[in-house]
Amino acid sequence: MSDRNDAREDVRSAMLAAVPSLRAFAISLCGDVDRANDLVQETLLRAWSHLDSFEPGTNMSAWLFTILRNHFRTEYRKRRREVEDADGGYAERLTAPEEQTSHIEFGELREALLKLSADQREALILVGASGFSYEEAAKICDCAIGTIKSRVNRARLRLAEILGIETVPDLAPETPEFPAAASGGRKD
Amino acid sequence: MKADKTKHKKGRLGAEIQHKIGQQLRAMYTDVVNEGVPDRFAELLQRLDKQDQK
Repeated sequence: MSDRNDAREDVRSAMLAAVPSLRAFAISLCGDVDRANDLVQETLLRAWSHLDSFEPGTNMSAWLFTILRNHFRTEYRKRRREVEDADGGYAERLTAPEEQTSHIEFGELREALLKLSADQREALILVGASGFSYEEAAKICDCAIGTIKSRVNRARLRLAEILGIETVPDLAPETPEFPAAASGGRKD
Repeated sequence: MKADKTKHKKGRLGAEIQHKIGQQLRAMYTDVVNEGVPDRFAELLQRLDKQDQK
């Protein structure tokens, strides 16, 4: 009995310890602090109710990242459909991340991140900021290691490209991959 | 400021730029990590834990 309590206590503190990086990951993914907090909350709830699917001894943090990532992707697809009916309101919000985050100093970088495809963005953050290995990141994103490597590479190049041309505001990226492009707000 | 407006280089970008972006990305991330655990999450886990104990 007390073994079970101990085990649960361990799980709880492991989950708690993962919260700061889960939030950082979520904010980087969606560019919105409130939504990120909701993502983290939903992740913890799901994790808690599926504790039996966690293999003891494996990386709790990676497991939680996987849950958060999958939840974000599902939600993102859903929202995207809603947005297409709703005149690009969400896309507009996406292009103004400074207003939603308290981290204004990184506004430019956040904005640039949101211009990457979701695939590239998650790969870059997991490897470049969260400190996961290519192998771990591949597991989290459910794809091959080679795929992760090439996504990270392309994401880095793309990001540099976007930030590098920041001084030339007229020059829009020619292959927009994010719904910001689907708002139809700007004509060439 | 980039001189050429009609085309920008694809593929290779300076190692220095890459390094800088990597640093910035980590700094941005760490900035959030350093905020620690907001109360709502500690409370949530406590609540879940209590529920299970019943």
